[in-house]
Order: sequence, then structure tokens, then C-alpha cells
Amino acid sequence: MSFLKIENVTKSYGSTEVLHQVDITVEEGEFLVLVGPSGCGKSTLLNMIAGLEDITSGEFSIKGASMNGVHPSQRNIAMVFQSYALYPNMTVAQNITFGLEMHDVPKPEREAALKKVSEMLQIEQLLKRKPGQLSGGQRQRVAMGRALVRNPDVFLFDEPLSNLDAKLRVDMRTEIKKLHQKLGTTIVYVTHDQIEAMTLSTRIAVMNNGYVQQLGTPKEIYDTPANLFVASFMGSPSMNLIPVQVVVEEGNLFVETENDLGADIRIRFANPSANLSSYAGRNVILGVRPEAITDPEGADRNSNNIEIIKNVIGVTEPAGSDTYVTSAIGGVECIARMRADADVRTGQEFEFAINMDKVVSFDPESEKRIV
Amino acid sequence: MAAIPTDTAIRTSNATRFFLYLLLLVFALFYLLPFAIMVLNSLKPLSEIQGGNMMDLPDVWTLEPWFSAWSTAQIGVQPTGLKPYFWNSIKMVVPAVVISTVLGALNGYVLTKWRFRGDTILFGLMLFACFIPFQIVLIPMARLLGLAGLAGSTPGLVLVHVVYGLGFTTLYFRNYYQVFPTELVRAAQIDGAGFFRIFWRIMLPSSGPIIVVSVIWQFTNIWNDFLFGASFADLDSQPMTVALNNLVSTSTGVKEYNVHFAGAIIAALPTLLVYIVAGRYFVRGLMAGSVKG
Repeated sequence: MSFLKIENVTKSYGSTEVLHQVDITVEEGEFLVLVGPSGCGKSTLLNMIAGLEDITSGEFSIKGASMNGVHPSQRNIAMVFQSYALYPNMTVAQNITFGLEMHDVPKPEREAALKKVSEMLQIEQLLKRKPGQLSGGQRQRVAMGRALVRNPDVFLFDEPLSNLDAKLRVDMRTEIKKLHQKLGTTIVYVTHDQIEAMTLSTRIAVMNNGYVQQLGTPKEIYDTPANLFVASFMGSPSMNLIPVQVVVEEGNLFVETENDLGADIRIRFANPSANLSSYAGRNVILGVRPEAITDPEGADRNSNNIEIIKNVIGVTEPAGSDTYVTSAIGGVECIARMRADADVRTGQEFEFAINMDKVVSFDPESEKRIV
Repeated sequence: MAAIPTDTAIRTSNATRFFLYLLLLVFALFYLLPFAIMVLNSLKPLSEIQGGNMMDLPDVWTLEPWFSAWSTAQIGVQPTGLKPYFWNSIKMVVPAVVISTVLGALNGYVLTKWRFRGDTILFGLMLFACFIPFQIVLIPMARLLGLAGLAGSTPGLVLVHVVYGLGFTTLYFRNYYQVFPTELVRAAQIDGAGFFRIFWRIMLPSSGPIIVVSVIWQFTNIWNDFLFGASFADLDSQPMTVALNNLVSTSTGVKEYNVHFAGAIIAALPTLLVYIVAGRYFVRGLMAGSVKG
């Protein structure tokens, strides 16, 4: 039995459907991240899980009990909001215990729960303050404390880190992950930041235009994106998408395109996906992660399918830990991620090594990955 | 001497500043002059006023007109002074202000956080209450009070003022709660608080500035109202404003100007007091939400 089950759920406002036939099941202890650009329906889905918005059609259950129409307070969930939503008129301690008070938990138990949670989050010294006197990171902790104290079945996070500055965001990200590992509670987490999604989750649901585009582990999503949207949304810098033509000669499969010198380049595809050969003579879109294009010395030594192509270096962007190299393949700017000390100069003719094991291909019409 | 404020939009030279203060001083004196005349004359024996020296300081200082206005002046038939009417006004104003403010807050809360189909139209209709002249509703209101058995009573006046004030208080609270973060209400819902608990525990405690605005506005309007008081009250429930009119416009006997001045000041005192106590919050509340932060 699944812990949290979303079956065929849709959401409409009037005649506009904003969520279409969403199917997601989450097992106990999982960390599911809903990720997508703004307006994709991820927050709506989270609000429906919380019970703050009605489900138009479909079934939603927690621990096998249907939650359709159940009041938010009866779902045994807790939610951390983007703005933290701390009650401005109450102290930190009152904020944290408000939910317990509303559920008629006796005072000694409330005190004990408050003590435990404030120790865990290291906010004991803040308990008597009002939210207005706290910094962003402290408010964030209090908001998490308010969620933790209820000991809920499911934690819901609605973009909890987006109001923090870059450094604090990374710290809190680690803390949330630690907390999840320590408590083992089921978490549903909404974000538009694909790095947060990759680092935190055990599974990711990538959403766009009200559809779940792909549901899978971070590795599945990153290595084998289901379609062009997922491929370009996940990963930074994003996946290079190069238009190529498929050629089959004597049982070998090649893709052909043009480099920046105007010369044809032909790349051998040693282990193409099964259906790719049926595209012989047609155009497909090749998806190559920046780290799969390197200088020959930096190529993955465990791969037997390194292909070398010649090209002109357009722009180099040293980023400290890596050097990003831009060059045009098939008329598209491609980004390659190279070692920090790779010897690259603008305008230089250079040999690029492509790890074909990591290359995926997409049908240009359906935009789906060719399997 | 106070430090020169640094958060000003326009820097002024000392000369401009001197001129500004001079102008402000002149206007302040101009506006204070009538009040000063009232205070001075309320502290004189009547003979000094009748002698024609209205602008002078009193030769003999006396509090007698004040005592007379408060407890012995002839109003209507009885020599009761303004005292019973003052309490009539208090008995009318306090419940009317409290009820209209609480109901306005509830309306604002529902119109912004528990929205329903047609809520903006309903709000628009409620706003009409702010534009209806008093005189138009006199006859229907009299009929209604008669049917409800509240004619000529303090509860009747309270009802009239609550109904009339609701448009304003709803407007205030609706606009205030409009920018109140909805996530707070959602968080409270998840925490298990219901409709009224969210209202009492989250919304109202965060509404200080707008409560002050609503209370001052309602208090001033209801305390100063003459028309409804004159139309719907009988002798036992007449508010202060009506009694003051009866005191001043008696057509028989000697016109005791000093007593009239004292009475007028007594009648204006409560609103003055409310402004002095809560005035700074009034400005703050009216500006709330207009600038982020």
C-alpha cells in the first residue's frame, strides 16, 4: 500500500483545467520534489495535498484513507510556506505550539514538544521573541519547528528557501536533508530550483503546463530525460540539443551534422537506443550534457565510446572549478564543461571528445526521447 | 532643541524654514482663536460678557458656568444640565462603535480571506452606504425602528449608527486585510484553527492601526451626529448634541453665553480626547498598506 497516493487528479478553475490527470504515488520516508517553471501547477498540487484547494476530480489518499474533502487540520500534515507565515502577534514559542493548542493538547505536553523541537533546531534562545525580530534564517527555522512539533505523517514544503540569500540557502538545504535523514518522514517539496530538486530528493516529478512530464529518481531524470522539456529544464548549464541526421551504413549508426568551419562531421553511435535505427535518413535532436563534451585528456576513461570531433572554440568562460567552452555544432551554441586548466583559447581549432554513452536522442516532432 | 530630521525629501535653507514656521504659526493661531475665545468666556461671569468685552481676559475667574452647564442649566423642561444627556451619548456611542467596528472587521475578513462568488459586487454595494445622505433614510428608518419597537430608545439609535457606519468600517478593514498575507490564514487552517479562532487569534491582534482608525472615525461621527439624535430619540435618550442645541437655542430668559460656551466645550471634549490619545495611530493607520514595508 502506498503511503501517499494521487490518482488521476485534475484541477480546474471554471472551464480552464490547470492540472491534468496527475498520477503520483509516494512511499513512506520518500522525499518527493515537485519541480517546474512558475505556473506549471506544482504549488496547486501541493495545496491540494494540504487540503487548501479542492480536488476537481480524482482520488487522493494518505495511508490508504481517502482525503478528498477532508479539512487540512484533519490530514495530519504540516506545511512550511514560502513566506514562513509566522503569526506576527505571537512569540516564537506561541507560534510553534499554536497547532498543538488548537488540537487541545494539554499544556505540559505542549511544553515538552516545544522543548524537544527547539533543541533540535537550536532556537531555544529565540523562544520569547516575536517573528519581526528574527532574521530570515531564524524565521525559516521557526517555520520548520512549527511543522515538526506536530509530528505529522507528511511534511509539505512550498519553496521554503527562495526568500533566503544564496549562502544561507545552501546551508538550509543541507539542514533539510539532514533532518529528513534523521526523522525519515515523508516529504513533498515544491521548488523551481532544479539544483534543490536534484540534491534533496529521492524522487523528482518534473512538471510543466499542468502535466507531470517525468517522475523518477534524480539520476533517471538527469541521465534519461523523457522529453525535450525535462532535458532543457534540469541541469545547469542545460543539456545541449543539437539537430542531426541519422545515417546507417553497413550496420553501423552515425549521426551527421556540421561544425563551425562549415565541414561535415560524422559521429559514430556505438550503442544507440533500439529505435534510433528506424530514423535512418531522418533528423533527430541529439541531447548532450555539457560534461559529456570535454577535451580528449579530460574524457571519461571508463567509457569505450569517446568520439573526437574537430571544431572552433567560440567563447571560453573560466568558472574556477571548471572552464565552460562554447562552440557551434549544427548551428547551435553548445557548452562543453572542461577541466579548469584545459588549454583552450578563443578562435583555436580544437578536438572535442564526446562521451557517446551519455548521449540521448529525441524525436523532433513528438519531442520525446527515442528509446 | 529637537534634532533636524534627516529623512526629508527636500532640503530647505534656514530662511525658508523660518518662513515656513512663521506661516504655520499664523495658521495655528488662526485655528486656535475660536477655541481660545470659548475657553476665556466660559471662565467669566455673564455680566462681563454682557458688558461687551468678549475678547478680554476675565476680570474675575470663575468655574461657575461649567458647573451650571454640567448639572443645573435649564434644558427643555428640567434644570438638569448636560449631565444626563452626556451619559445618553456615552450609552449610545460605546456600543455603536464597538459593534460597527467588530462587524466591519468580520466583513473585511470574509471579503478578503473567505471569498465567494460575487463578493466584490457585494462589497461595491456596501460602499454605497458611504455615499447615501442622512436625510434620505430618515423616513424609512423611522418606519423600521417603529416596526422593531426601538423607536425613541438608545438601542434604536445604536442600530441606526451601526447600520450607517458599517459601510465605512467594512471599507477600512477590507482594504487592510487585502494586503494581509493569506498564507497566515492557510497556516492557521492547517494548524487546526477554525473561522472564528483565526479571526480572534490571528487577524484582530494584527489589526491595531486600522482598529484605531475605525474607532476614531466612528466615535467622532456618532458623537457629533445631530440629525439622527434629533429625529429618533425621545426625552430619555437624547444625545449630547441635541441637548446642547436645546440649551443654546432657548427662546425665553437670559442667554447665558458663558454657560453655552462651557457646554459646547464639554460636548466637544470626548472627541478631542480620542484624537489626542490615538491621533498618531490614526495617521499611521490611514497610510497603512500604501507603502510597502
